[in-house]
Amino acid sequence: MSRAARAILRKDLLIELRTKESVPAMTLFTITVYVLFHFGLDRDSLDGELASGVLWVTLLLAAVIGVSRLFAAEREQGGIDGLLLAPVDRTSLFLAKAASLFLFLGAVELVAVPAFALLLLGPGLGGALPELLAILALANVGLAAVGALVAALAAETRARELIVPILLLPLLVPLLIACAQATEPLLRQDAGPEDLGRWLGLLSLYDVVFVLLSVAVFDYLLED
Amino acid sequence: MAAIELERLERRYGERIALGDVSVRVEEGQTLAVLGGNGAGKTTLLRVLAGLLRPHGGTAQVLGAALPAERWKLPGRVGYLGHEPLLYRELSGRENLSYHARLHGVDGARVAELLAAVGMERRADDPVRDLSKGLVQRLAAARAVLHDPALLLLDEPRANLDPAAAELLEPLIGRASGRTRVLVSHDVERALAESDLSIGLKSGRPAPVDAELYR
Repeated sequence: MSRAARAILRKDLLIELRTKESVPAMTLFTITVYVLFHFGLDRDSLDGELASGVLWVTLLLAAVIGVSRLFAAEREQGGIDGLLLAPVDRTSLFLAKAASLFLFLGAVELVAVPAFALLLLGPGLGGALPELLAILALANVGLAAVGALVAALAAETRARELIVPILLLPLLVPLLIACAQATEPLLRQDAGPEDLGRWLGLLSLYDVVFVLLSVAVFDYLLED
Repeated sequence: MAAIELERLERRYGERIALGDVSVRVEEGQTLAVLGGNGAGKTTLLRVLAGLLRPHGGTAQVLGAALPAERWKLPGRVGYLGHEPLLYRELSGRENLSYHARLHGVDGARVAELLAAVGMERRADDPVRDLSKGLVQRLAAARAVLHDPALLLLDEPRANLDPAAAELLEPLIGRASGRTRVLVSHDVERALAESDLSIGLKSGRPAPVDAELYR
């Protein structure tokens, strides 16, 4: 990571630590949704496809909040001009923003996944945790890449609160399918990592494609 | 050698012409005063010169870079002090300047030097949101010259500054800095006194610098 990317990442983390705007909001959102599912489905425990779908749809919707706020400080405090006036290549900016989002998602999941297990999983995660961590890590890379791209696209638009979910969620459909399919066997009563390698492979491919695509087009974003 | 050379420069916002037919040549080390009333196009001109806005017509050469094609040559060579201080409210003055120093590849010692130069050593670790507008303007001036830019674009640089603070910033952003400067100001007399040439703008078009300019 370049000097500029490290500086931007450090600044973003410092601002988040002080404002506590993104991570607490995303975490509170996921816990609230899990509580709503707990009562809405009127079931003490979910498993299989339903559990996997609830886990991932909620996490992806929480990511929308993080993506919407990713360029907030730049937009509201003139930071974009500051970046454009400095000799900072856009790849560094993309890497810093994607890394910020990756860390924010990780922090949310530290609380959200145990909350999900407590509120909606009868037998708990048990031995499935290592596999689930691998799926989360790969999902976060893809989410971070697509999220940084969409956040930059929406940064200079007036209706960004609308544009972010409209652009982001369709792009996340392949990721959602892979994550839900990879997680489903882990959350069944007779848990077992069925076809896990295939879905992890698909997630890795998604990550590579979107990281490369984002790096390629990021140069053309944030321009007047 | 010309630091800035504009020939019939034009910039539009949608259908509205914000700048039109603007031509001027500024040599290295000279100061250009840009005068005009509210909405005359002064800030738009500065943003075009900074490479933040694309010109839509005419030609513009800034520090040897033909805009917009060679905009990539400008970052790191222009200092911009505009209406927004370009400082993050949750970070302290020192953290903000250190952040910009890292972006520009400037040594950390320059941050301490500039904090002293703008009289902000004592409040350097306070969050920017807790500072008065005048203190924020001092920090913004330090940020604008942090990377020792060849061209300084100043939009009302003395706004919110008391006379002592304005005096303090003189060696950094004033004529004494020796930099090529473009100065936007509503203080016409002072702007003319500290500039080598001037241009009046009215509704985005060049206009004579006289009493009619502000009517």
